[in-house]
Amino acid sequence: MNELSLHILDICQNSIKANSTLIEIIITEDTYHNLFEIIIKDNGCGMSDKTLSEVADPFFTTRTTRKIGLGVSLFKMAAEMCNGTFKVDSIVNKGTVISVIFEHNHIDRAPLGDIGETLMILILNEREVDVYYEHIFNNEKYIFDTREIKKVLDDIPFTDYSVIMWIKDNIKNGIKNLQKEVT
Amino acid sequence: MKSLDDLKKIRDASQSKVTMRGKNDGTRILVGMATCGISAGARPVMNVFVEEIAKRDLNTVTVTPVGCIGECAIEPIVEVLQGENRTTYCRVDEEVAKRIFNEHVIGGKIVNDYVIGKYRL
Repeated sequence: MNELSLHILDICQNSIKANSTLIEIIITEDTYHNLFEIIIKDNGCGMSDKTLSEVADPFFTTRTTRKIGLGVSLFKMAAEMCNGTFKVDSIVNKGTVISVIFEHNHIDRAPLGDIGETLMILILNEREVDVYYEHIFNNEKYIFDTREIKKVLDDIPFTDYSVIMWIKDNIKNGIKNLQKEVT
Repeated sequence: MKSLDDLKKIRDASQSKVTMRGKNDGTRILVGMATCGISAGARPVMNVFVEEIAKRDLNTVTVTPVGCIGECAIEPIVEVLQGENRTTYCRVDEEVAKRIFNEHVIGGKIVNDYVIGKYRL
């Protein structure tokens, strides 16, 4: 996968399958310390210690259509390629936290890519889920929270396509401004 | 930058529209969005469908991300469900997605070049 936002989409699909009602995605870019950190937190069904020890194994999966599960292992590989670290913590019935750290300027670190598209697809999922997205670039911060949007929308469904387009533009511009103010 | 005020305008516009979005009427588009689909390029394909629906302001067509059906080698897979008919497309890219939308979803004619299966539910 050539964008980090594709990995994030992939990992969040796991959260949705784990019956989460809230997914928090926190991205911290710290160019002073050369760090790019991604934290994905959910309140889904969590994993037992045994599952947790197998989760990064490409030959472990819970799906039945195939014997291979590559999502988590690919993300781990992407981090380790960039002198980074990959950590999963999980408590059964409480949720799961994945934290991944990359070297910000590492030549193999993929760009974040179109995170707006990623969040849009999460929102369009059949199972309704709240998404909190926080993006920190050195001292600047952008926050997107579907719970805030819901307050404005009243009874209009989230899946109204004009709303979806607004969300995508909002995220895209928010992140663009973040990076502009710094450079 | 688009502000919350714009969102309020969208809300007010939508409230005046009569929306009928039941689960089984109209057209449902399903896009395979597991690891295999994502790495084969399903996300931009899904984006094409969302943009086309928003552009034409259709309220009888929905697009939903779904899991893996086990044919990872021919992803991205797109399924179009209309009434009792289910059509499965494989190796869909952005251009094919546009064709599927224009020729099949709007025009009602199946894009035979990319079909892997056509059967009744």
